[in-house]
Amino acid sequence: MAVSVDEAVSTGPARDRTPPARRFGGRGRSVLEVALLTALAVVMLFPVLWMIETSIKENRDVYAVPAEFFGFTVTMDHFKDVFVAPDGGRSDLSVAFLNSAVVAGVSTLLATVLGVPAAWAYSRFAVRAKKDQLFFILSTRFMPPVVVVIPIFLMYRQLGLIDSKLGLILIYTAFNVPFTIWMMKGFVDEVPAEYEDAAMLDGYTRLQAFWRYTLPLLVPGIAATAVFALIFSWNEFVFAIFLTSSDDVRTAPPAIAGLIGGTTTDWGLVAAASVVFALPVLVFAYLVRKHLIAGVTLGAVRR
Amino acid sequence: MGTVAVQGLCKSFGKVQALDGVTLDVPDGSFFVVLGPSGAGKTTTLRAIAGLDKLDAGSVRLDGRDATADAPAERDLAMVFQNYALYPRHTAYENIASPLRARRCSAAEIAAAVERMSSLLHIERLLQRRPAQLSGGEMQRVALARALVRRPRAFLMDEPLTNLDLKLRVEMRTELTRIHRSLGATFLYVTNDQVEALSMADQVAVLKEGKVQQVGTPTEVYERPANQWVAGFVGSPPISLLPCHAEGDRLIGAQGWTLPRPRWTTAEDGRPLLLGLRAEDMSVERRGHASLSGELYGLEPLGDRTVVDVRVGTEILKVKARPTVTGTPGEQLQVTVDLDRAHLFDADTGLSLSEAGR
Repeated sequence: MAVSVDEAVSTGPARDRTPPARRFGGRGRSVLEVALLTALAVVMLFPVLWMIETSIKENRDVYAVPAEFFGFTVTMDHFKDVFVAPDGGRSDLSVAFLNSAVVAGVSTLLATVLGVPAAWAYSRFAVRAKKDQLFFILSTRFMPPVVVVIPIFLMYRQLGLIDSKLGLILIYTAFNVPFTIWMMKGFVDEVPAEYEDAAMLDGYTRLQAFWRYTLPLLVPGIAATAVFALIFSWNEFVFAIFLTSSDDVRTAPPAIAGLIGGTTTDWGLVAAASVVFALPVLVFAYLVRKHLIAGVTLGAVRR
Repeated sequence: MGTVAVQGLCKSFGKVQALDGVTLDVPDGSFFVVLGPSGAGKTTTLRAIAGLDKLDAGSVRLDGRDATADAPAERDLAMVFQNYALYPRHTAYENIASPLRARRCSAAEIAAAVERMSSLLHIERLLQRRPAQLSGGEMQRVALARALVRRPRAFLMDEPLTNLDLKLRVEMRTELTRIHRSLGATFLYVTNDQVEALSMADQVAVLKEGKVQQVGTPTEVYERPANQWVAGFVGSPPISLLPCHAEGDRLIGAQGWTLPRPRWTTAEDGRPLLLGLRAEDMSVERRGHASLSGELYGLEPLGDRTVVDVRVGTEILKVKARPTVTGTPGEQLQVTVDLDRAHLFDADTGLSLSEAGR
């Protein structure tokens, strides 16, 4: 149920205004369409359904053969185990969720604070070699994390950032800033520069003009971009597993992965943790949808 | 006080030279119009004066003080944008109040000023609406009110009437002239509409490809165009230009016609010239001593007058006539020419040769 960054880029500022009717053709195709979409939905949603079922089954039902889709005993014990340790204290998983929230939240905040003004500058000003700079910024996203994780690991060891939340926050910020710049540049481009020109003639400085008149118009775009950055940081696995080791630093994805293996695997706990882990993403994905629809409806300028 | 003087403005966008040494002197309290076709550099000039774009070269002086490096806010100018640039999330009231808020005026002052402006521009009932709830004409008035709410050094207007329909445009023309007169402020107004320029301006600067072609009163620009291009751009229907050369006391047309040589021209014999004739300086109804023969090519009835197209050789002359004029295409015609009001241009340089002898 993760929303990948690639999807985020392509759905960016909603430019495709073709009405759906024309895009998909007439009624004749709709039967095939519905069939394909249904098939796809089943394939995509079955694992989700299975995860949810497993999370509320008792352990003996989890291993039942043939698998039981209905009529098993519903239990919430796994969810309790996600948050509460056997000794009654806070579980390692709940610490991991908290770490994920801190790391994802702070890195998204940093990426937004750094990326939005940069996007504004790239959109508004004549920057030398602008296209090359933008390409360079994007190119940092071309490499899969696995490629750079070893050098970063070595650098982090020298800097003492290994196994620290700050280390993860920095690397996620570094990955989210390019994304924020690119996505926000699209949104800033949509806001006519004349608002700032007019504000400057009203007597504001350029930064005041940006702050008072452009920034409020960017809020839907910023929200959408931040949600995508948040989802990226929340889901990130490779850096998290390589750069952290202790339970009090580790984020949720490696912590959940750590439940699998050993002599026995408590699949109910894994499923319950996964459900808890997926919920924020579901909520945020829903928010993105709302913001993209509200999107960039900026009137008042006749073009 | 409100004088604006720019000297040698140069600005290029990539390979395009938008401004190429523009020099203008806008006197205090004048209605100064910069007229030119699209792409002439009118808006760039205005934005340079406002401080919105950096210049490659040249200086901007406001009230005699060098303001080239000043930020827009420091220049004490107000501007009306072609697309109005009203803040979309703010009401008309907030939009008009913005320049006063930026200058930290008190709420009472702001309320009084907005009220004064809205009654001047008849927009009292629109104040609580947002730009999206306003029509083009209403947005235009609000944008105007936002500029006029302060008393800046000068008002810059970037084709403010272009997006309005014809009726509203004519109405606002009168209104702007009235406002200018009542404020006595300096207006620097940019347009591609020569009717606007001629009807509103004290002074017109004609701009083409980033160069000033001529500066003068509307009458000067119309009656004594500095060059062939200005003559062709100002005036509707456009001036008719006929290739010819002088020979003794005659003008010999490239199409074979002959006219008496105007007394006032100093052009040397044999030099290629263009004879410029405005529609109202020719007639197919009157008889005179100087005339061209041609054939009727077409009629354009315009209600209050009819423009008669007459073909002379391969050239088409546009001649103004009474609305009652009739004729059938192909019919032979004599076009009487008022040579005292004609123009002669050097065909190579385009410069007017009319002034020397007049």
